[in-house]
Amino acid sequence: MSPKTLYDKIWDAHVAHQAEDGTCLLYIDRHLVHEVTSPQAFEGLRMTGRTVHAPDKTIAVPDHNVPTTLDRAKGIENEESRIQVEALDKNAKDFGIHYYPVSDIRQGIVHIVGPEQGWTLPGMTVVCGDSHTATHGAFGALAHGIGTSEVEHVLATQTLIQKKSKNMKVEITGKLLPGVTAKDITLSVIGKTGTAGGTGYVIEYCGEAIRDLSMEGRMTVCNMAIEGGARAGLIAPDDKTFAYVMGRPHAPKGAQWEAALAWWKTLYSDDDAHWDKVVTLKGEDIAPVVTWGTSPEDVLPITGTVPAPADFTGGKVEAAKRSLEYMGLEPGTPLNQIKIDTVFIGSCTNGRIEDLRAAAEILKGKKVKDGMRAMVVPGSGLVRAQAEEEGLAQIFIDAGFEWRLAGCSMCLAMNPDQLSPGERCAATSNRNFEGRQGRGGRTHLMSPAMAAAAAVTGHLTDIREMM
Amino acid sequence: MDKFNKLSGIAAPLPLINIDTDMIIPKQFLKTIKRSGLGVNLFDEMRYDDDRNEIPDFVLNKPQYRNAEILVAGDNFGCGSSREHAPWALLDFGIRCVIAPSYADIFFNNCFKNGILPIVLPQEQVDILMKDAEKGANARIEVDLDAQTITSSDGEVFTFDVDPFKKHCLMNGLDDIGLTLEKKSSITSYEAKLASERPWV
Repeated sequence: MSPKTLYDKIWDAHVAHQAEDGTCLLYIDRHLVHEVTSPQAFEGLRMTGRTVHAPDKTIAVPDHNVPTTLDRAKGIENEESRIQVEALDKNAKDFGIHYYPVSDIRQGIVHIVGPEQGWTLPGMTVVCGDSHTATHGAFGALAHGIGTSEVEHVLATQTLIQKKSKNMKVEITGKLLPGVTAKDITLSVIGKTGTAGGTGYVIEYCGEAIRDLSMEGRMTVCNMAIEGGARAGLIAPDDKTFAYVMGRPHAPKGAQWEAALAWWKTLYSDDDAHWDKVVTLKGEDIAPVVTWGTSPEDVLPITGTVPAPADFTGGKVEAAKRSLEYMGLEPGTPLNQIKIDTVFIGSCTNGRIEDLRAAAEILKGKKVKDGMRAMVVPGSGLVRAQAEEEGLAQIFIDAGFEWRLAGCSMCLAMNPDQLSPGERCAATSNRNFEGRQGRGGRTHLMSPAMAAAAAVTGHLTDIREMM
Repeated sequence: MDKFNKLSGIAAPLPLINIDTDMIIPKQFLKTIKRSGLGVNLFDEMRYDDDRNEIPDFVLNKPQYRNAEILVAGDNFGCGSSREHAPWALLDFGIRCVIAPSYADIFFNNCFKNGILPIVLPQEQVDILMKDAEKGANARIEVDLDAQTITSSDGEVFTFDVDPFKKHCLMNGLDDIGLTLEKKSSITSYEAKLASERPWV
């Protein structure tokens, strides 16, 4: 048998039909659904008299629109947002799919809820009408975002029409230095490859620095595979993966667990598998980084300075000029002198318990700088509860952070959590696009510890100076 | 989905790289539960000022491009979110074809599901068509999907590649779900195999 990559193995195990031209029907093991990209898909089913093919493999949770303020039990004020969430309530009920409503403590960001509840398992195909579905790749699952037409297609058929992507290996060798996190890895990779560097590929992240990461860290890395343009990002499952999965509500039990484990242990890339592209970074070369522009590829070590458009070539010259103007930054300014108005800790990239621990570690006994707005939005109700139990919530509250309920919140600002024009935010989320966090808002992406440090000092800060 | 065969239309130049789906349709317009009506908010933050007045410099606000049916853009068009609201907004405005050196994967697929043809051309050829588009309403670009050609207003002809299956669906306005359901027996037998080999799924 010819050697295979992890992606090849998962792909081959899920082809339900292959046409002569190579177009495949790929079977989908888990379909995650949220309120923003699904209403038109359910409407399509109703209009054609179709049903959900595999309701037991379909899991829905509202996250994008939901308020994260403590009084959200009183309902959603914005009418359109409320209608969308109510539509999901109704669709989940009408079509008999698994559902975690806003009032359920297990509610949260769909990409945090899936792994937490054991829906996401190694070797699965996982899709969702959301580009950050790549997150689930941390379990050695083939996971990617789809559009609403494809959501409808998966609802109706439990398959997707797909052609295979190419294989790309991203290896992070050696150890990370102190203060460097999974977020710095994933941003640094995008900084090196560009936001289109992964287009047409599925990335497998490997190497000692990736192996050393916790499952939370691996989810952070895979989450941003889409920001590098890749269809999906994944990491071969290992003992850490199995330990994380074991005992989760929807993980297999007993004899099924043993059978699953036996298969999962075959899920790795063979030694002489073919790679269409290989990118290698040394772990020790990765520094704590921040973004300066309006594309996730605009990444620099915190010790750097704001670049000038002339530092670039091609279309990037004009793009950099536009970014600097939008961001209100002058070339040559040291990054650690950029003043911040707001700090946002949360999102499917960095809204897990380990992220909150890292931020709380920095904030212990310190205060948010006067005049700043700072909020923590846990990724799920269960993350929130655990953080309260561990005393993290009190650290955030004592420091002057708002301690919110779970949701996507200011990552994409569909709910009331938004930046005002010109407001500058240190964010642990995944996109620094123009207007992403609110019209005219200025986003700098970074790790939770770096965001916490910025909250204390009021400017972008090298975390290593606070350790 | 409307069939796509030949299109002769005005092309609007948008010479920016990394045009993301947040730019194409900002998140505040994702709260709709319909597919239609988004055209007025296409490129909303580039198109309107804080008081909702049109920004005259933005290409789609210029008189000669108000009826554009083709967009010519830079690398990595449609990057970012998976929101299908992006092609819905383009379509609702009247855009049926995008020409760029590269696209983000999910956006590219979403276009085909909505009767929009995203064409990939080498940068040099996109540059030529960008200049053509800058001539305004008198410079109509012709797209022939069957022949896989683009003809500039000067009569220069470029050929492009397209996946044969996607081409077939687009030319015939076919519904993917209907096509897949014709293969339902394959899905059912796959599920039987899955139930015995990986019952935990």
